[in-house]
Amino acid sequence: MGRNQEREHRTKQGLAGHRLLPVLLAGLFIVSLAIDRFELLDPYVQLIVMYIGINIILTVSLNLVNGYMGEFSVGHAGFMAVGAYTASFLTVKVLPVHLAAWFFPLAVIAGGLAAAAIGLLVAVPSFKTRGDYLAIVTLAFGMIVKSAVENIDALGGPRGFLGMEKLTSLPWVFFWVVFSLWVIRNLIYSNFGRGVLSIREDEAASALMSVNTKQVKVLAFAVSSFFAGIAGGLFAHLLQFINPRTFDIIKSTDILIMVYLGGIGSLAGSILGATVYTVILEVLRPLGVWRMVFMPLLLVILMLYRPKGITGLREFPWFIPFRDRLAGTLSREEGREP
Amino acid sequence: MTYLLQQFLNALQVGSIYALIALGYTLVYGILTMINFAHGDLFMIGAFCCFLSVAFLGLPFLPTLLLSMCGVALLGVLIERFAYRPLRQAPRVSAIITALGVGLFLENFTLALSPYPQQIPPLLDNRMWTLFGVSLSSLQIFIIVLSLLLMFLLDLLVRRTMVGMAMRAISWDKTVAPLMGVPVNAVISLTFAVGTGLGGAAGVLYGLAYPVIDPYMGVMVGWKAFISAVVGGIGNIRGAMIGGYILGAVEIMVVAFFPSTYRDFVAFVLLLVLLIFRPQGILGKPQQQKV
Amino acid sequence: MMPILQLVDITHNFDGITAVADFNLLLGQNELAGIIGPNGAGKTTVFNLITGVYRATAGSISFAGTELVGQAPDRIAALGIARTFQNIRLFKELTVLDNVRIAHYSKVQYNPLEALFRLGGFHAEEEAVLEHSLELLALLKLDGYAAETAKNLPYGLQRRLEIARALATRPQLLLLDEPAAGMNPQEVARLLEFILWMHKEFNLTILLIEHQMHLVMNVCERLLVLDFGEMIAEGTPQEIQKNRRVLEVYLGEAPAS
Repeated sequence: MGRNQEREHRTKQGLAGHRLLPVLLAGLFIVSLAIDRFELLDPYVQLIVMYIGINIILTVSLNLVNGYMGEFSVGHAGFMAVGAYTASFLTVKVLPVHLAAWFFPLAVIAGGLAAAAIGLLVAVPSFKTRGDYLAIVTLAFGMIVKSAVENIDALGGPRGFLGMEKLTSLPWVFFWVVFSLWVIRNLIYSNFGRGVLSIREDEAASALMSVNTKQVKVLAFAVSSFFAGIAGGLFAHLLQFINPRTFDIIKSTDILIMVYLGGIGSLAGSILGATVYTVILEVLRPLGVWRMVFMPLLLVILMLYRPKGITGLREFPWFIPFRDRLAGTLSREEGREP
Repeated sequence: MTYLLQQFLNALQVGSIYALIALGYTLVYGILTMINFAHGDLFMIGAFCCFLSVAFLGLPFLPTLLLSMCGVALLGVLIERFAYRPLRQAPRVSAIITALGVGLFLENFTLALSPYPQQIPPLLDNRMWTLFGVSLSSLQIFIIVLSLLLMFLLDLLVRRTMVGMAMRAISWDKTVAPLMGVPVNAVISLTFAVGTGLGGAAGVLYGLAYPVIDPYMGVMVGWKAFISAVVGGIGNIRGAMIGGYILGAVEIMVVAFFPSTYRDFVAFVLLLVLLIFRPQGILGKPQQQKV
Repeated sequence: MMPILQLVDITHNFDGITAVADFNLLLGQNELAGIIGPNGAGKTTVFNLITGVYRATAGSISFAGTELVGQAPDRIAALGIARTFQNIRLFKELTVLDNVRIAHYSKVQYNPLEALFRLGGFHAEEEAVLEHSLELLALLKLDGYAAETAKNLPYGLQRRLEIARALATRPQLLLLDEPAAGMNPQEVARLLEFILWMHKEFNLTILLIEHQMHLVMNVCERLLVLDFGEMIAEGTPQEIQKNRRVLEVYLGEAPAS
């Protein structure tokens, strides 16, 4: 069979399932608009769903660096902080009040870009260090961001920053979740994404196979921190109050948990991890302080018995581009040697 | 001049505590190539053991110190046995995440049992003298001297005993050491016991100097001590000691001349700068990739 | 014959040990040459120096007119030098197809922005990469395994995949590091034919390191012998076979005749 004929054959076999996805997403978006406009859901439930959405963005962005690239970034909350403070500063102090809602998406994007700029800085040490050392570097960055904010009065210092309007809504969260997943998925299933994976597998060999590892790392860190910044902007305009302690090592650890819980190297895993974690934390709220005793214990047990997370390295088929899925059906018994 | 001497003493005190904790990190890293991120929280447990020992058991200093060190050492050994040992062959990341989880667990467990900060009742008399215009407190001297003593004992253990040789053997080649008859698991447990025990001692000494303790006290101190270990060259014992004193000196100097909110900031920037230009630390050896 | 690779007085030191000393090599286009020598002689070090893993302490390496010393490995690969490894270094968790696709990295035309938003020539480039990869796999009889995870392949096929991956960079010069390691005589015979075929099919210059004399003697036009980082002999396989110094190095003192 010629390649194109093969292709048609496999399409008919049901690979076209993923074409449903855009339709589904459009439908869900309309639903979210309706829920928001007509208060179809309890506000508390809406709040939880929005937190889940923000956590998905945080998780999938960290997964890009930790899961797909196999690095060890521990200061993700720092990028979130940069985005949160930038976006908030813009809507509260820079933009006139009546325009804030219109410029909200721009403010959020500005937060993302600011976070990406910091992400570029973090990428540089990653050229020469890996593993434990990179963990320290990223942690140091997170701490530096936190310390820096504490020392800047215009940002409220240790007392925090408030005044944000509740501009984050269900449709906005939905949009950003879908956008972040789409962009990161595009990155992964591209030349650069293959570069990311090869760095995880064997960085030295990867370079020898012509992969420009510096370029790939810079790109991964920039995209990862960009979306963390977006999540930060959304978060700030949901909570309407932020302070440096919100973005400390505990927050970074939360995101790490979601990544490893859901599954490294898998977008579906990130969605699962973020959802499960957020929901469990809410469900356990009546336990009070004991909730945070139980969660880390769960994490340890997870690491002991299922270190690759719920999904392992597997991906939800609808997220994989057609070309790569087709390639996945190319193994034939006839093509193999005895 | 007297001001500088004063600060020098303060730096010694702070540095001693960082050095003790840093040693714990470095011992474990040297033998397992693993960063025990829960170590700072074990330091906190040491301080709480001290509190329990003094406030509830009414014990004097030496039994308190020994009890706390043993308590923390035991906890360290248990953590190694049940949380880290199963992951020895697993990817490094799993072990690191587990360590973070254990740390979080310790913090929040302690928080659940003790929602408010506690105050350790005074344990030792603190006498003040003035020498050349510098005010010395007996407590400060005591902390510094005891720390140096413990470090000296550790150095003896590692360099002059069979056990110490076993530790070093395992750190150089984990595969061959057991083939030469070294009981790897036992030595690793012992290393953990010693490393965390030192952290526990640091907790007691810290509690002497700053009697108000809370469950999250280990987080920042732990990271600072970790920075010390890395600055000195992680895996290197002398390096950990040097690193601890360097960080202590940097902190005190920063606080002396800048607003105190910059203290942590500068420490972390120092760390970053060092890692960019000399990732292996002061006494460490650069890692070569074999192709 | 046009020279393609030239090493001039290459010396490399590690912490006081000299791994390679004053090594000179002139490789002509389309040559099939080999480097042999006892273990630890510095052969892989030479490969590492050429490909940029190590930066030579002294000397110069020029390839097709460009100086290689000081260049990053990915630049050197993009210039047209590819290699395989003594211990197989495949991307184990990735598929066979992806292992080959990755090697196209430097050849791909679209930029990050186009990738992120699926703009411009993205799809056309990706199709081209996929086509070329599949062709390569088919040529090397690996296409039936395209979706298989690399670590699941039998040893011999893993070695072949490593070569496929190297070929995907469209190299002019291919460095093979002990390609016959761990192979039985039949496999070595097949490898021999394979190397000769590859040499013609892809118009390559090949430099290989090998211990298996059967392979080396029948494939290489020219041999260089290294011992303790120094080149002790150079010539055709027949000449090398009779070279006294080489025999001493491999077999010990020559018997008194």
